[in-house]
Amino acid sequence: MNLTLKIWRQKDSSAKGQMVDYKVTDISEHMSFLEMMDVLNEQLVGSGDDPVAFDHDCREGICGMCSMYINGEAHGPDRGVTTCQLHMRMFKDGDTITIEPFRAAAFPVIKDLVVDRTSFERIQQAGGYISVNTSGNTQDANAIPISKHDADEAMDAATCIGCGACVATCKNSSAMLFVGAKVSQYALLPQGQVEAADRVQNMVAQMDLEGFGNCTNTGACEIECPKGISLDNIARLNRELMKAAVK
Amino acid sequence: MGGFFKSSVGRKVAMALSAFFLMFFLLQHFAINILSVLNPDLFNEVSHFMGTNPLIQFALQPVLIFGVVFHFIMGFVLEIKNKKARNVAYVKNNGAANSTWMSRNMIYSGVAILAFIVLHFIDFWFPEINTKFIKGDWSGTIEGVEGFRYYEELTHKFVSPIRVGAYVLAFVFLALHLLHGFTSAFQSMGATAGRKKTLQNIGKAYSILIPLGFIFIALYHHFNH
Ligand code: HEM
Ligand code: SF4
Ligand code: FES
Repeated sequence: MNLTLKIWRQKDSSAKGQMVDYKVTDISEHMSFLEMMDVLNEQLVGSGDDPVAFDHDCREGICGMCSMYINGEAHGPDRGVTTCQLHMRMFKDGDTITIEPFRAAAFPVIKDLVVDRTSFERIQQAGGYISVNTSGNTQDANAIPISKHDADEAMDAATCIGCGACVATCKNSSAMLFVGAKVSQYALLPQGQVEAADRVQNMVAQMDLEGFGNCTNTGACEIECPKGISLDNIARLNRELMKAAVK
Repeated sequence: MGGFFKSSVGRKVAMALSAFFLMFFLLQHFAINILSVLNPDLFNEVSHFMGTNPLIQFALQPVLIFGVVFHFIMGFVLEIKNKKARNVAYVKNNGAANSTWMSRNMIYSGVAILAFIVLHFIDFWFPEINTKFIKGDWSGTIEGVEGFRYYEELTHKFVSPIRVGAYVLAFVFLALHLLHGFTSAFQSMGATAGRKKTLQNIGKAYSILIPLGFIFIALYHHFNH
């Protein structure tokens, strides 16, 4: 298929960017979206132009790097996928596709479609861990009984890959789905209880400091999240912070 | 605790608390207003009680005003913060793909409600304050009207088609605000109940029936005067 691409080009973090039109031809519908981008970049390199910078690593939906806002949606029009898992068969011959970086004040553009998501890492560092003595006396995790329900919900929360699609999608650039998932995966397990109050307070404080917005419960994040992280995790985040505040 | 209400999550909890209070008040307000259609005498009695009872006038009324003011100021604060959190807008954004119009436009439905509240205060609240606190007349009566004046004043207000139109429009915005707000408030309080069918249906019923009821009252008096 032949496509017109409207892509955000920005030289570096301080440059003023703009949308630039490109044409790609003979794109196979079996290609992934990133493979289509590779075709474009081959073309650009061939003609001596600067290829479009975009983040990617695993190309199998695990790392969360491939951050693109495609036709007005994070990771494009498909559900439950990252951009690397998005197939070109979701588009039609002759389509015009708009490709922008994830937009949030806390995700500044580094170049073209590449954004800096280290704000997520700083939130993680603020409390997204448990402190365990690993000197060799560690208790076998399987020796601690955990209800199936809690184990399942903790596991579901833990599938968050930190891609930032929730932030990119949210009209408020709120990071609460991400933080809700990261808080929940520990809040549901006995190992997470020791630091529970500090964790949620510190992570929320860091989230606010980074300049993410406030949740309006639109539910857009849950729908665009490639891992199907549930909005229930934001409710749990709110409960955990309330619990910590009255402690 | 102070730190809690300064946090993004805490602000949302405060927002939801004020919203719950307003939704409860709205129900109470409706229950009294519908009496003006069902039983004007009873409406007069209740209005006089509400308007002259010291507990209601000096305790609950200030709380209500605080609740309203807190809610819309916090609404604006959150809106400004949220706008700042996305400093560069998308060229193409397909919001309808993943969220309702109501949820994305709470500030606009809210501003419409605020405009209505201003009009409503000019219509009913300021005249009441003037009568009771400036003129010192707590009798609830007026010359030329037998019994209490409240029913007469109410029906008089709904003669003007422009005012009735404004009221009807405002209640449509109220319905839109509540269609998202009702369940959203539960979620903000950390309750997942707002995501269950039962509460969603209760929310829909409340958000549509209460504003519709107010619209009915306004139209009823307009066409029956
Ligand atoms: C006075 C004018 C009003 C303004 C400017 C206003 C504004 C807002 C805004 C901006 C929000 C969304 C906050 C967010 O981002 O989470 C909101 C939420 C809400 N509002 Fe209002 N509002 C007004 C009046 C009312 C009234 C009269 C009611 C009810 C009778 C009401 C009920 C709600 C509810 C239930 C929510 C959801 C709370 C939550 O998400 O936690 N609002 N309002
Ligand atoms: S919650 Fe979902 S959308 Fe947000 S960072 Fe995690 S995986 Fe990505
Ligand atoms: S490149 Fe790793 S998730 Fe897409």
